[in-house]
Amino acid sequence: MPNLEHSAYPAATLLHLESLVPCRESQVSMLLSIFGERQQLSFPSIFIYGHTSSGKTYVMQTLLNTLQLPHVFVNCVEHFTSRLLLEEILIQLQNRSSETEEAAHVPCDTFNDFVRLFKQAIVSQGLQDETFYIVLDRAEQLREMEANVLPAFLRLQELTARNVTVVLLSEIVWELFRPNTGCFEPFTLYFPDYSIGHLQKILCQNHPPEYSADFYSAYINILLGVFYMVCRDLKELQHLAALNFSKYCEPVVRGEANERDTRKLWKNIEPHLKKAMQTVYLREISSSQWERLQHDEGEAGQLKGLSAHAHVELPYYSKFLLIAAYLASYNPVRTDKRFFLKHHGKIKKTNFMKKHEKTSNHLLGPKPFPLDRLLAILYSIVDNRVAPTANIFSQITSLVTLQLLSMVGNNDQLDGPRYKCTVSLDFIRAIARTVNFDIIKYLYDFL
Amino acid sequence: MICSNNICVSLSFLADYFREGNSDAEDSELRFATCQSLWKHVKLEAEVSLEDLNKQLFDNLVSFLRRSHSEFQEKTTEWNCQMKSREIPTAALVLGVNVTDHDLTFRSLSEVLQNRVTPYVALLQAKDCPGIKNLMQKLLGQLMNCYVDVDSEEDDYVQTSQNRIRCSMTSLITWYESVTKKTDFETPSKKRTSSRHWQSPPVVVIFKDMESFTTKVLQDFIVISSQHIHELPLVLVFGIATSPMIIHGLLPHSVSSLLCIELFQSLSCKEHLSTIIDKVLLTTQFPLKLSEKVLQVLINIFLYHDFSVQNFIKGFQLCIVEHFYTQPLSVLCCHQEEVKKRINSLSHNQCENIRRLPSFRRYVENQPSEKQIALLTTDGFLKETVQQLLDDLNVYHENYFPVLRCLHVFTSSLPKYPLGKQIRELHCACLENRVWETEEYESFLQLFYAPLFFFFLKTLLELKESRRSKKLTKFEMLRFEVVDYIDSVVRNYLVPADHKTLHEIVYFNTASVLREHLNAAPRVALHTALNNPYCYLKSQALRSDGGSISNKAPDICIVYKLHLECGRLINLVDWLEVRKDASSASSCSHARFIRAVSELELLGFIKPSKQKTDHVARLTWGGC
Repeated sequence: MPNLEHSAYPAATLLHLESLVPCRESQVSMLLSIFGERQQLSFPSIFIYGHTSSGKTYVMQTLLNTLQLPHVFVNCVEHFTSRLLLEEILIQLQNRSSETEEAAHVPCDTFNDFVRLFKQAIVSQGLQDETFYIVLDRAEQLREMEANVLPAFLRLQELTARNVTVVLLSEIVWELFRPNTGCFEPFTLYFPDYSIGHLQKILCQNHPPEYSADFYSAYINILLGVFYMVCRDLKELQHLAALNFSKYCEPVVRGEANERDTRKLWKNIEPHLKKAMQTVYLREISSSQWERLQHDEGEAGQLKGLSAHAHVELPYYSKFLLIAAYLASYNPVRTDKRFFLKHHGKIKKTNFMKKHEKTSNHLLGPKPFPLDRLLAILYSIVDNRVAPTANIFSQITSLVTLQLLSMVGNNDQLDGPRYKCTVSLDFIRAIARTVNFDIIKYLYDFL
Repeated sequence: MICSNNICVSLSFLADYFREGNSDAEDSELRFATCQSLWKHVKLEAEVSLEDLNKQLFDNLVSFLRRSHSEFQEKTTEWNCQMKSREIPTAALVLGVNVTDHDLTFRSLSEVLQNRVTPYVALLQAKDCPGIKNLMQKLLGQLMNCYVDVDSEEDDYVQTSQNRIRCSMTSLITWYESVTKKTDFETPSKKRTSSRHWQSPPVVVIFKDMESFTTKVLQDFIVISSQHIHELPLVLVFGIATSPMIIHGLLPHSVSSLLCIELFQSLSCKEHLSTIIDKVLLTTQFPLKLSEKVLQVLINIFLYHDFSVQNFIKGFQLCIVEHFYTQPLSVLCCHQEEVKKRINSLSHNQCENIRRLPSFRRYVENQPSEKQIALLTTDGFLKETVQQLLDDLNVYHENYFPVLRCLHVFTSSLPKYPLGKQIRELHCACLENRVWETEEYESFLQLFYAPLFFFFLKTLLELKESRRSKKLTKFEMLRFEVVDYIDSVVRNYLVPADHKTLHEIVYFNTASVLREHLNAAPRVALHTALNNPYCYLKSQALRSDGGSISNKAPDICIVYKLHLECGRLINLVDWLEVRKDASSASSCSHARFIRAVSELELLGFIKPSKQKTDHVARLTWGGC
């Protein structure tokens, strides 16, 4: 294990730091050597990237806090405009020393203002002799802001002539950031995913006080065995571990098994975890519902997940409009005659099938259709006469707002709007069944 | 204040309209007042019954809030709580596709929450939140104002002007800390006002139309709030019109894993409709009744088009207004106690109006001749008779509804529901014509006869003493007796209303007006206007017979008529030639033709075609 070493910091602090960042020692030591000593100029900008929950934010926070380096930590999603972002940095900077006294709010509209105010604030806070760190979490949001924001942050050291380092944290690679006008290249650092061994080690660190580390470690082992295939998110795994641990302990609490009876414990927990993977992990049912279920010894089957409520009740004509839209989306135009004309004569499928139409339309997805085709199909599939009333047209619009249809291209009503049907075959079959309409008979793919 | 003034002004306008609009403005003011008070009562009744229906749902929601709130408050150092990631409590509220009704539901929901849980409720609509910035602005605006609303006496609270507040989560948290701290320091006497709210009350954010929000806005908001869930007890409510699956469609797993979603479903809108019909229409409480055709129009719009209970009530409101506006005798459509007074003060004109009523004329014809003369000539005698007839009508209604409900209990328990599953279907059947003459009624009696067998067998087997053979014949007789009795009750009490004299006074029956107003057909209207301009312009010169169109018709009508005969693509030159032929050549200039064509384009009938130059493409087919 590479021990952290740095001449500028006491060994005890470094040891403490090392215990806080398991499996990230090499990255931390790399960062430490770039940072150098407090008063030394550091690299102007550092870009750290890696997958979700690979410890980027946590490592940076722990590092800066433990070594008590002056810094601000800003989330770019939360501060969604450049103005909010810049102001937030200044506010945090001003509030560093004087916790109680609220600094007067200074508006900061442009980056030019920011550089000026930032220089003032550094002096007023007495930070001229130390490296100051600005950490921008979720930095990919910077790309949405004005074009000058990202390049300016990258060379902030140069612009302000102060000892400042900007650290960008992101889940995507630097190549997707680089503006086409070119910019100062930051130092990039990759945080690799945690391996299963790492996960095991980190998850076992926080075992519950009433049980031994070994007992918990065995539990984590089983948990990872089930979930590692689908989920490598550390936070999520920790959450799942906490949710299901009481169930794991049940045999021990009841006295049916002791802590080393791994086989019995495994038999007890394994089906439970599998069920958890299909329900609570997918947020089909909520964590608190899951805990209540565990507590009441109820069956998870009693509680239906979100996906079980797929049925949508629609007004009578809306159902037919949706069916007509589905037919228009998945049938080629030329086949309308075959399906909706009474005396269409005998047209066999092969006769009017072009080469490219041999592939199923359901595999190709819905195709856009004009409003008039929709109405024509509607009139022919509804038994009684439908008047083209305002209500029918507004129903089409409501179907669009409900996202069952989607409007394609320009939404100019006068120029013949085009729609697509976005519902699935299962959904439309359920709808068609309620109005006794055999939709399969009308679909070209199932001819 | 301004608001109530406005209402006064608009009311007096309405009253004027009532007076002026009608040539024989008999008792127009009284009619207007009756109409207003009736609508007020109907509205109140409808609101109360809808609230009752939502009660269960709201109770569940409040208990969910309580549960998640207690979880928020327990700041235990327990291992389990430390390890679990803190999710944002989220209620997925599935309300059905009748989006127009949701507004009312959300309004009463936020009222309930503000009364029982927390003053901090914000309602967000997708159209106000195209970006996260707008969403935060709306949210802050609503929340920070609500504080002032709750304790309006405390004006010393510094309300910074809205645009100076930084619209970020940080300012929201600062605000929340300041308001909750303030309530903590409240003197006991003031505590009373906020005691109905919980300690550090949650902040409820309601997304009214989940489907219409863009994923980006929702995701950003959830990510931001989850970062601050420790400082700000946020609860989200998603208003969903379709199915809760939409949550998975809108939010990726990384975002939905920040939420603790529980599902709540409201009663279906059909149940809401049944309740409204039950409480408003199938009762003697309100004097105005709807005829079968009118009711059918309203129900059809509901079932076929919008599922909206609010629109149904609006339709009923239209019936009320229309009835009191067009029917001079509607002045008698009021409560029993008032009727007598009003009959006595009827003018001679009104008496003539009564004599003109078809149902009254039928009644007169069946009277002996001296009575006929008295009815037609003496106003006093007429008034007495009318009083009596209206009493009869009232008695009829008092019997009709209980018998109808009774019959419904019998029919709804039978297989295949011969007379309809819902009471509204039975009601319509009874209003339409003599229900006992229909085939469905026949099959009902036969079916009903069968279950009676089992019913009586059960009771009879308990009486063990009498002999078996005799028992059966007695039993047969009993069966016939019961069926006969029910039949006679039906024949007596479920007579269609339009067989009753003076039914015109309390029944609104012009379904065509209702259909015109509520289920308009713009395409048809446009076609009629262009195809037959006389229909709207009423100029004798435009009068045409058959399919031809007059030369004097506006250019656009002639051009429209000609374009109907063309295919999908129309050659402009040919069109112009035909146009010139259609009228005398001098009267049609090139410019007028082009103007008519561009008017058609503006109306959306044609558009320039890219396939061929000097051609336009038709955008419609057929007549409409």
